[in-house]
Amino acid sequence: MIKTTYAKGKVVAKTGNEVMAEAMRQIAPDVVAAYPITPATEIVQIFSQFVADGLVPTEFVAVESEHSAMSACIGACAAGARTMTGTSSQGLALMWEMLYIAAGLRLPLVMAVINRALSAPINIHGDQSDTMGARDAGWIQIYSENSQEAYDNMVQSTRIAEKLQLPTMITTDGFIISHCMEVVEILPDEDVKKFAGEFKPERYLLDIKRPYTLGAIDLQDYYFEHRFQLADAMNNAIPVILEVAQDFYKTFGRKYDLYEKYCMDDAEVALVIIGSAAGTAKVVVDDLRSKGVKAGLIKIRVFRPFPAKQLAADLAKLKVVAVMDRADSCSGAGAPLYTDVTAALYSNANAGLPLPKVVDYVYGLGGRDIDLDHFHEVFARLEKIKAGGPIGPVVEYINVRK
Amino acid sequence: MKAEEHKLTAKELPVGDILEAGTAVAFKTGAWRSIRPVWNAQKCIQCMICWISCPDTSIIVKDGKVTGINYDHCKGCGICAVECPKKVCAITMEAEKK
Amino acid sequence: MASLKELAKRPESFTGGHRLCTGCGAGTIARQALFAAGDKPVVVTSATGCLEVASTIFPFSAWNVPFFHSAFENSAASCSGIETAYRSLKKQGKIADDIRFIAFGGDGGTYDIGLQSLSGAMERRHKMLYICYNNEAYMNTGIQRSGATPRGAHTTTAPTGKVKTGKDQNRKDLTAIMAAHDIPYVGQTAVGYWNDFMTKVQKALEVDGPSFINIIQPCRLGWGYKPEDTMVLGRLAVETCIWPVYEVVNGEYKLNIKPKEKKPVTEFMKHQVRFKHLFKPENQTLLNEIQVEVDQRWAKLLRLCNEQPIA
Repeated sequence: MIKTTYAKGKVVAKTGNEVMAEAMRQIAPDVVAAYPITPATEIVQIFSQFVADGLVPTEFVAVESEHSAMSACIGACAAGARTMTGTSSQGLALMWEMLYIAAGLRLPLVMAVINRALSAPINIHGDQSDTMGARDAGWIQIYSENSQEAYDNMVQSTRIAEKLQLPTMITTDGFIISHCMEVVEILPDEDVKKFAGEFKPERYLLDIKRPYTLGAIDLQDYYFEHRFQLADAMNNAIPVILEVAQDFYKTFGRKYDLYEKYCMDDAEVALVIIGSAAGTAKVVVDDLRSKGVKAGLIKIRVFRPFPAKQLAADLAKLKVVAVMDRADSCSGAGAPLYTDVTAALYSNANAGLPLPKVVDYVYGLGGRDIDLDHFHEVFARLEKIKAGGPIGPVVEYINVRK
Repeated sequence: MKAEEHKLTAKELPVGDILEAGTAVAFKTGAWRSIRPVWNAQKCIQCMICWISCPDTSIIVKDGKVTGINYDHCKGCGICAVECPKKVCAITMEAEKK
Repeated sequence: MASLKELAKRPESFTGGHRLCTGCGAGTIARQALFAAGDKPVVVTSATGCLEVASTIFPFSAWNVPFFHSAFENSAASCSGIETAYRSLKKQGKIADDIRFIAFGGDGGTYDIGLQSLSGAMERRHKMLYICYNNEAYMNTGIQRSGATPRGAHTTTAPTGKVKTGKDQNRKDLTAIMAAHDIPYVGQTAVGYWNDFMTKVQKALEVDGPSFINIIQPCRLGWGYKPEDTMVLGRLAVETCIWPVYEVVNGEYKLNIKPKEKKPVTEFMKHQVRFKHLFKPENQTLLNEIQVEVDQRWAKLLRLCNEQPIA
């Protein structure tokens, strides 16, 4: 939960896209290369206006595709420029090849991703299929519940990326957050600038006095070591993300963790959820609490690296958990968040720790609403399972006409 | 022949796929040859055509003049011998000895 | 262009010890391009392909200049990103050097999969030179047909067989496509003309905007010829008018090399295994058609260059 201890900045009414663009203006990267795609278009559109008005020193490249957007960003970042971009859905899918390369070359670019369903059928609304598909690309993934979080996560993004030398994506749900106006505290320009600091890469291509080759072909004798470096960086990323969050808290007064625990202290049944629907679910948790139900919620903020150890410890205390996936993996065995949560819990089994019962819900695909009644339905089932009722189908699809 | 190579660990390697410039000089491709170019200093008119045509940077030059062949890298393609002006014929190809 | 003697005093930017095939002209192209770039520093990118793979097998790089590779279809986009970073950092006073940019790509990475990225970079006017080293097929993956493969050539995905005679279609004219982008400099040349190529590189790097050079580069495995004949075949492509050497400077066409006599296409083809089947009596008609096509293209180019036919 966001707890504003003091307001340092300006409180304004803005959309998710507007505040992400604001954060980009304040960070003022050296290069932005981007291509329009609904619902992320506005971010780069607003940002190009900042460029046109001379508010940032950024060179903006309006490339001819997302593949080239990511390629140009990778080139620019390798050249020594702090580089940012934004995309969504099909755009992210077209970048796929380059996402892995950005991570493999250890280039700390930052990308705002507005979560949108993947085709087919074509759909422009919010679900998390796009970034969930990119979960193994080697990028840090940080999800946001609302515009304030989207803004704050963007402010923290370059620090995280550059310290870890890992590309980082900050996401929000398409339309629900990207186009919805909310009250957001925008921090003072100079404070954000100071917080972000300077990008000082150890090696960069434009350093012509120290020429080097980047992107060489690795065969059987080196590829594994380079990929191990990447795995190692991801394995060690959590302390850095927390350190940046801690500094953000000290500087600006808003607290962030790997995930948010809502009413979890004595919870027996809980949801694990990502993104904007957590807001709706919290209302239901409050309602159930008022009725004496020990309901709780965990909202994942950092999905990559996956906070498996921490989650396993927190979930061990529960009786029943519903994992809420706004994406499907079409694996026939549960959606992405579910498989990661249950894999994390297996370490409890190995360690002889208690294990909650876990079910998976796929919800909200293509922007389909999930409302209070649906969350009540989920909690009602968890309560029944807690009372010894049958688990039923492990993977359920909610609010779909079957 | 492969150069002696200490294979670095993930910790020792620079972060990312970074490789220092020009390190291929340490890699010898001379063993690829079945025929070798032999340069005749007396016949050579220093036109430098062999040097600019060589794909393997294997014509040795010093102070702007050809002084020999780098057999560590020369793969024995014979381009230098073909490009050497017909009337000059300062480079001939000979069978590589086993 | 400086004399070869002067050039030979400059340091080599592309070393030996790379793993290009014996007699592969791609190494020559890389060396000549970097010598032509002169004293000013260059940053090089390359598409995935023979040149990139053979010159950067970890931990051995043949590049003595900053070199970057990321994927197959995006040498131009990568280079445009690096060039943009340069403009940004230079504008902000974060770097001082004057740096130039060269992107390499083979014909597969340029005519086909990288065409969009190249077109975009040229349209956006990044100050960079793109050099297509064109060996007329996907040689790195084992001689598959590309948009640059000429009609009648045998490749592994348009092979000759009982009912087929190699590739059915002629190649597209990429140099003309690039000229249609109205960029300040477009050049076409062949391996075997070091002076023409290096002069073109120099001119291309001097213009204020994007530039493109298409250089034909025989592949001894894919074309099937003796390794020592790489330069000879480059010149035969020009002497038969199959691959004319010309440039388009600010929209003005200029023929740079006019052969003294126009040799028949068979003079170029007869040295190559990929065209061997065309010399069978039953393929005489096809061979004639190829000659007619070459003649038509040549006549069109002469008109564009305001040149008279070869006497």
